[in-house]
Amino acid sequence: MKLVIGIVRPDKANDVLEALYRAEVRGFSMSRVQGHGGELDRVETYRGMRVKMGLSEKVRFEIAVSDEFVQPTIDALCSGGQTDEVGDGKIFVVPLERVVRIRTGEKDDLAVTPVSA
Amino acid sequence: MTSLMSAAATAVDTGDTAWMLVATALVMFMTIGLGIFYAGLVRAKNSLNTFMMCIAALAVATIMWALVGYSLAFDGDAKILGGLGHAFLSGVGFEPRDGTTIPHLVFFAFQGTFCIITTALVSGAVVERMRFGPFLIFAALWSVLVYAVLAHWAFGGGWLAQQGTLDFAGGVPVEMGSGFAALAAALVVGARKDYGRQALLPHNAVYCLLGAGMLWFGWFGFNGGSGFNTGNASVLAFTNTLLTPACTLLTWFIIDLLRNRQITAIGAATAIIVGCVGITPAGGFVSPIWAMVLGVIVALPCYFVVAWRPRTRVDETLDVLAAHGVAGLTGIVFIGFFAQKGWNGVADGLFYGDAGQLGSQLVAALAAPVYAFGMTYVLLRVLGALMPLRGTDKEEAIGMDIIHHGEEAYVTGEGAILVISEPSHDERKPVKQPA
Repeated sequence: MKLVIGIVRPDKANDVLEALYRAEVRGFSMSRVQGHGGELDRVETYRGMRVKMGLSEKVRFEIAVSDEFVQPTIDALCSGGQTDEVGDGKIFVVPLERVVRIRTGEKDDLAVTPVSA
Repeated sequence: MTSLMSAAATAVDTGDTAWMLVATALVMFMTIGLGIFYAGLVRAKNSLNTFMMCIAALAVATIMWALVGYSLAFDGDAKILGGLGHAFLSGVGFEPRDGTTIPHLVFFAFQGTFCIITTALVSGAVVERMRFGPFLIFAALWSVLVYAVLAHWAFGGGWLAQQGTLDFAGGVPVEMGSGFAALAAALVVGARKDYGRQALLPHNAVYCLLGAGMLWFGWFGFNGGSGFNTGNASVLAFTNTLLTPACTLLTWFIIDLLRNRQITAIGAATAIIVGCVGITPAGGFVSPIWAMVLGVIVALPCYFVVAWRPRTRVDETLDVLAAHGVAGLTGIVFIGFFAQKGWNGVADGLFYGDAGQLGSQLVAALAAPVYAFGMTYVLLRVLGALMPLRGTDKEEAIGMDIIHHGEEAYVTGEGAILVISEPSHDERKPVKQPA
């Protein structure tokens, strides 16, 4: 089991969702985060005051998957999130020690497999 | 409208003028209400740009109105177009405007606020994708080529008014003008890139209710001021502006319940506007009870178009056609059936024995949409040939606020760094302190 963390552009979040759905990855969480990678700073102006926006908005997907789903999940994040310009984001894959489904107490692989219906 | 005024009036009446000064400010406030309403209906990343399109109308439509628009609409009673006698505000002063008891300047300003909000209304068809620069040019030209012409036909003594069309406060130029122009604008500019593929949802329903409420408030000046005095017709229109939207609201609630088992807030905001639009042309011509009936009737076609339009490929984004075009048309035709001489002192509708009035109303209900649609279509096609009307897909994905204004509506400011690049910022000159 792995936890796949994907940080993508907010405007590509819908494309990623669509790609995940096609890859049959159905269980995940998503949050809005701010961060900085190598991208150029965006300059905005408020009442004549020029401001460099050091942090850019990103969307962070957290997806716990069994081993055979790791590659499809990564592929989905890449295909949905890519624009070929700096700032597309990163994917981190980290090992998972334990997973427990709260409702039933199911563990590990059973717990990361979403119930259908 | 002209027929309501006594031709003998020559002196300025202080009471009438006081009310018209207030009414003018009320209608100006409607454009701000519309901006909030529209901003709530779009996604957060486009909300500033959407509001700014309404603010832009306050700039360009006002200026064009002062330069030529007012003159083309209200100078003389030629059939198609007014003259240039009042261009650059020449001859617009303190003396009463012909046929009214208010100073010409107040009459000009009051009519100007109508031109502003109508121009702002059309933006609802092209938000979230049209570039801001081309929109400014479009708004400036539209306010003259479409609004001023239709205003002349219905208000300025043009051919619609001559053949007897009754339009109290702007069913022809404001409502049908903006509604059918919006349809043309949506067709020329094209759908948003994700339209029909993703759910593009309103980002703040509270803004929608707030904006709709501000519009209803301002509409008392819009309808109540369209008699240019404090006489019976103005009083009737004022009160009808309270009654009709109330009935539209309740009708909308009931249709919502029947279709979805829930009464929606954005539905309510839409209903307020539909009701106000419906009573706009009819305000001073129908009895209060018929105004309430109109409130019920006008909800039906508008609800249908609001529900049906998103299933088509036409991305007329904020449903200006349904809420203004269709509702305005319903109000115009309603006059033909239920106008009552006992209340308006001018004309009866079919129901009270004059079938001819219905004919006059139907002519307007056909001519105004055709002209507004056709002229807007040609105008945007020509503009589109000269410059791109919309940005790239990537710009659309990032959002109009950052792309066109370099600002965001909901900026957090975390991690923002002050840029001190211009010399004017570097030179820290000592500021003179007050003694």
